[in-house]
Amino acid sequence: MRELKILAVVIFFTAVVYWGVEPFAHSQMHPHVAPADFAFKDLGVNDKKGDATKGAETFLSAGCTGCHGISSQGMAAPMDHASASASFGVVPPDLSTAGAIYDKNFLAALIKDPTKALKVEHKFNESRPHPMIQFFGLGGDIDQEVADIVAYLQSIAPAKLDDKQVYADACQRCHDIKYDKLMSTTDKAALMTYMGTVPPDLSIMIRAKGAEYLTTFINNPQKQLVGTSMPRVGLNEKAQNQVIAYMEKVGDRKKAEREDLGYKLIGYMVLFTLLAYAWKVKIWREVH
Amino acid sequence: MAEIRKATGFVDWLDQRLAVNKFIKVMMTEYWIPKNINFLWAMGVVLMVLFVILIVSGIFLLMYYKPDIKLAFDSVNYTIMQEVEYGWLWRHMHGVAASAIFLVIYIHMFTGIYYGSYKKGREIIWLTGMALFGMFSAEAFSGYMLPWGQMSYWAAQVITNLFGGIPFIGEALVVWIRGDFLVADATLTRFFMLHVLLLPLVILLLIAVHFYSLRVPHVNNQEAEVFDFDVESKKYLDGKKVESKVVPFWPVFLSKDFFVVGVALTIFFYLVCFHFDFAMDPINFEPANNMKTPAHIYPEWYFLWSYEVLRGFFFDIAGVAAMDIGLAAFGFANVIFMLLPFLDRNTDHVAPAHKRPLFFVWFWLLLIDMIVLTVYGKLPPTGNNAWVGFGATITFLVLFILLPIITKMEANCKCNNGGCK
Repeated sequence: MRELKILAVVIFFTAVVYWGVEPFAHSQMHPHVAPADFAFKDLGVNDKKGDATKGAETFLSAGCTGCHGISSQGMAAPMDHASASASFGVVPPDLSTAGAIYDKNFLAALIKDPTKALKVEHKFNESRPHPMIQFFGLGGDIDQEVADIVAYLQSIAPAKLDDKQVYADACQRCHDIKYDKLMSTTDKAALMTYMGTVPPDLSIMIRAKGAEYLTTFINNPQKQLVGTSMPRVGLNEKAQNQVIAYMEKVGDRKKAEREDLGYKLIGYMVLFTLLAYAWKVKIWREVH
Repeated sequence: MAEIRKATGFVDWLDQRLAVNKFIKVMMTEYWIPKNINFLWAMGVVLMVLFVILIVSGIFLLMYYKPDIKLAFDSVNYTIMQEVEYGWLWRHMHGVAASAIFLVIYIHMFTGIYYGSYKKGREIIWLTGMALFGMFSAEAFSGYMLPWGQMSYWAAQVITNLFGGIPFIGEALVVWIRGDFLVADATLTRFFMLHVLLLPLVILLLIAVHFYSLRVPHVNNQEAEVFDFDVESKKYLDGKKVESKVVPFWPVFLSKDFFVVGVALTIFFYLVCFHFDFAMDPINFEPANNMKTPAHIYPEWYFLWSYEVLRGFFFDIAGVAAMDIGLAAFGFANVIFMLLPFLDRNTDHVAPAHKRPLFFVWFWLLLIDMIVLTVYGKLPPTGNNAWVGFGATITFLVLFILLPIITKMEANCKCNNGGCK
């Protein structure tokens, strides 16, 4: 009885310390932020119904191919990575999968006003324009034209992408993930000038930040890190989950093995403890 | 030389040369421990098991770790965590054991304080124990630097900087400790040496003295009852096992310890595989970057109380800089526990705290105050937090100033048994 009382005291104080230095301290240091918004409500809604065939024409007439390639449609990027890095600061994305991985609303808003959609207005302005030129329309209803382009991108996008492909299309232009031997397509010196810092290697970022933080961070970097030069990426929920799944696969490769072994180790120790208890009772019977 | 006869068997052969039978008696079967104890008396063995886990896992990690600021991070996070079979297991065990061992050290230490096991003949046990605490702290600090993550670097930066506050020699001392003007490669390699060689050697030596020093005054018991171990052990050997107040270390004492160790390791492996962030700070999974200061710099949980004493004084007092007062308080906090046997002026009486009314209050106030310091040591020191930290720091200092006074009052009490019920 006395031992149980002592045990309760030890557990109580240990629990208070744990609560204080872990959940409580972290809640104070990292204030809670609103959950990820995959509808990108702040950008408004383009409710025009897009026409993919018209969109293909608009896409060409709007001059998108001046910077972007769509390799799946046989349209190569106009520049190699090195010259693109030098000209734009960052390699413009190939748009083969854009319709699948980016949110439709986000894409529409991005085409009309890149800095706003990307949330990089604190970095780019009239004296330092964003390398992506905003689309001013071809003379018709601009919202319709934008909806057509988005419909076109969606129509050519593959229905299924694996996690690594999504990561490569969404993140690899700037980030390394050297533990899986994927290096940024943009040249490091150009990135340094463009971003103000070399974007971090993401190999084990999952262990540093955790899936929960990454979910809100990728969705809107400014929410967790005000003033960061990382743009809002605009991934839809499915694609973003794929990115995080890939980061976990690379950064926490032994998770399945760890958890599987965990059950075995705990099972073994429980068995050991029970046997030890039985032995203890037998031994102490003689001396009590 | 003793007469060597033809051995009757292997054990006898060894016994004639190494006196193994006598050795086993002295170390195990006739090493007497009081019977009136509770599971808190098993913490020593739990500590020993955790220490062995640290040594064994450390040896495995040492085979792949590279002490070079360009290689360290990847050797830990890629080679050990991903490439080497079960490398992650050794690293997680090492990291979690390093954190868990401090919890058990604190339990062990507060058990000693509560039951008065630090005085009246047991001073050396206490002193070697506190020296071990100091060495384990150095071991933890140096080990934390090795993965060369963000917190490794910034903790090294902040802590080595502290020595700069020492009058006259401070600045030179910082450079001497770092081996460079900045925390750099030379710093990493020397802390690596400390972590894997010098400090473990000192720890092993201290453990030997700690164990040896237990033999003379004997292990304390729940009531701090003094009895003749020779008489009691004779009773036990004569078969009066129930009547005797002692039990042998093997198998009786250890049978209980095995059970406690079993419980401890069950929890340990749960933490290793499922709940390790408390011991392996996520921030340290970002590589060291001297251009990017982390938003919050804090030490591991077991250093938080003394860290909070350090920063508790956040304003200058009478022209003395806050930093200097903090440093003095920090120095005080780190040696004062060492002096406990001499601060307790009730030298003639040993009793558990619940039989010493004033000391009882002192004990729980100290424990609660240290928990407050620990929690606030992690929080950003702004607004109210700073004042709570200041209050708790003052309380800590005052408690130790009061200790000689209240124990003297206890000793002078006209009531029975020096104020002990």
